[in-house]
Amino acid sequence: MGSITLEKVSKSFGTTSVIPEIDLEIDDGEFVVFVGPSGCGKSTLLRMIAGLEDLSGGRIIIDGKDMSSEAPAKRGLSMVFQSYALYPHMSVYGNIAFPLKMDGQDKSAIDKKVKDAANILNLTNYLDRRPGQLSGGQRQRVAIGRAIVRQPKAFLFDEPLSNLDAALRGNMRLEISDLHHQLKTTMIYVTHDQVEAMTMADKIVVLNAGRIEQVGSPLELYRSPRNVFVAGFIGSPRMNLIEGQEAAKQNATTLGVRPEHVRISKTEGAWKGTVGVTEHLGSDTFIHVQVDGVGKITVRTDGDFSTDFGQQVYLTPEATRLHRFDANGQAI
Amino acid sequence: MARTVTTRRKLTFTILGWAIGLLIFFPILWTFLTSFKTEGTAVATPPQFLFFDWTLENYHEVQSRSDYMKHVTNSVVISVGSTLIGLALAIPAAWAMAFSPTKRTKDVLMWMLSTKMMPPVGVLVPLYLIFRDWGLLDTRLGLVAVLTMINLPIIVWMLYTYFKEIPGEILEAARMDGASLMKEIVYVLTPMAVPGIASTMLLNIILAWNEAFWTLNLTAANAAPLTAFIASYSSPEGLFWAKLSAASTMAIAPILIMGWFSQKQLVRGLTFGAVK
Repeated sequence: MGSITLEKVSKSFGTTSVIPEIDLEIDDGEFVVFVGPSGCGKSTLLRMIAGLEDLSGGRIIIDGKDMSSEAPAKRGLSMVFQSYALYPHMSVYGNIAFPLKMDGQDKSAIDKKVKDAANILNLTNYLDRRPGQLSGGQRQRVAIGRAIVRQPKAFLFDEPLSNLDAALRGNMRLEISDLHHQLKTTMIYVTHDQVEAMTMADKIVVLNAGRIEQVGSPLELYRSPRNVFVAGFIGSPRMNLIEGQEAAKQNATTLGVRPEHVRISKTEGAWKGTVGVTEHLGSDTFIHVQVDGVGKITVRTDGDFSTDFGQQVYLTPEATRLHRFDANGQAI
Repeated sequence: MARTVTTRRKLTFTILGWAIGLLIFFPILWTFLTSFKTEGTAVATPPQFLFFDWTLENYHEVQSRSDYMKHVTNSVVISVGSTLIGLALAIPAAWAMAFSPTKRTKDVLMWMLSTKMMPPVGVLVPLYLIFRDWGLLDTRLGLVAVLTMINLPIIVWMLYTYFKEIPGEILEAARMDGASLMKEIVYVLTPMAVPGIASTMLLNIILAWNEAFWTLNLTAANAAPLTAFIASYSSPEGLFWAKLSAASTMAIAPILIMGWFSQKQLVRGLTFGAVK
């Protein structure tokens, strides 16, 4: 079991409030991702759940028990840090065995559990090495191994992939998702990368300036963002946000349309514009078009579409996929 | 691009390096050689370098005139004692400042360092009077106390820079892994800080061993360490170079040997944090 409930949880440093009151429900076995720009309080929130940061107010309930003032070790949670935080003076075996040793388990039980974890994570050949002798991806796996041997109620991941290169990050993303399916344990994952959030999460919590902007499944957030912030944050490339006359025509202050929902044509369409930079990804092409009276619009089209810099094109947004926002940035 | 170094350049710098090294080492070598000369050859002109009648007479005489072992014991007790007490006080202090700093941590560190800026002679009279009234003059206890206080800022600073290098996340990881404060210190912090603690300890033993101002002023016969022992040979009968050299060689020998064996640790301690 590993359900976690946050009740009016808040945090302030001195007079500066970092997190105003937050309520959140995390179900057992769920993969929840906290996503938001740097400094939005997502790591602080995770550290508060872990017990590494004191609460300024509210309660944290884990499996029905109030754990707000319990020591980190008593909460039954495991954490994987951004810097991996491995013990440099211990071997891989020593690192993975450490939580079990602290728990006072006997040697043969520890040995079995460490070997099982090493097996799951492909670390069997590295058990005698020191963390300094491992690559980034291997270190990350050791950190995960150290987290899983305790069989925690939930795993907490604090931007675990941000120190890895792009290719490895993609692999580790799959491995962590795979691990979640194997273990079926609650996972809370913090990242500033919306791609990680979209690809891994059962439920995404979008945070901004310490507040929860929206909670929902990846596709819910993609299809119906509740406000301008979520609309702009989720999805890559970013949603085009249009203000002014064009928005007013639709009775909105801000009009949003995703690059994949704009059709481009060389002959006809609703908006006339000039092609700027074109980014060829092979499968897709992103074209940045300066539209007269509207502004800069990014269009996603198929990989075969070719244009030249400065060429005249016509764009047509799909009417059914438009997002309308009022003056407060809330969806209409 | 790697800088190309010509053989000639390398040779020049090697010779220059050795020359400077020998120049710095020469007084110690000369003291060592003089200690084996008679008083006559010690002051002979032109000076004799290696070809003289080597004699151990000076060492015999120094030993018979003053009890060398007693001074060595005093030096060891005072330097090791003050360093250990200093470490016991400084470790928790440096720990607190490195891992839970407050707004004033920097100021506290500067303040500690500033106490080293005052000339010690400025507090000699008050300290002397306190020592006299408390019966601490010429006692090892008194010297240990003084040297502990004098070297404490350096110990705290060194340990602080060491501890700062230990990432806080590793300690947090230990906390998440179920380590109590005590286990966190024993299994995670100490093993990671041992090199730092060791080099701090070595450096401070050397500093305390060489300390001459307080040891000369606050001791007479009983607690006099090796610094006072050497000083006693410069007066009052005029200078006896050979005997003074023998005494000096005996005084620096223990710390020289210790320094030799621990030079790796020492260099690391002194240059720590310089490159990162």
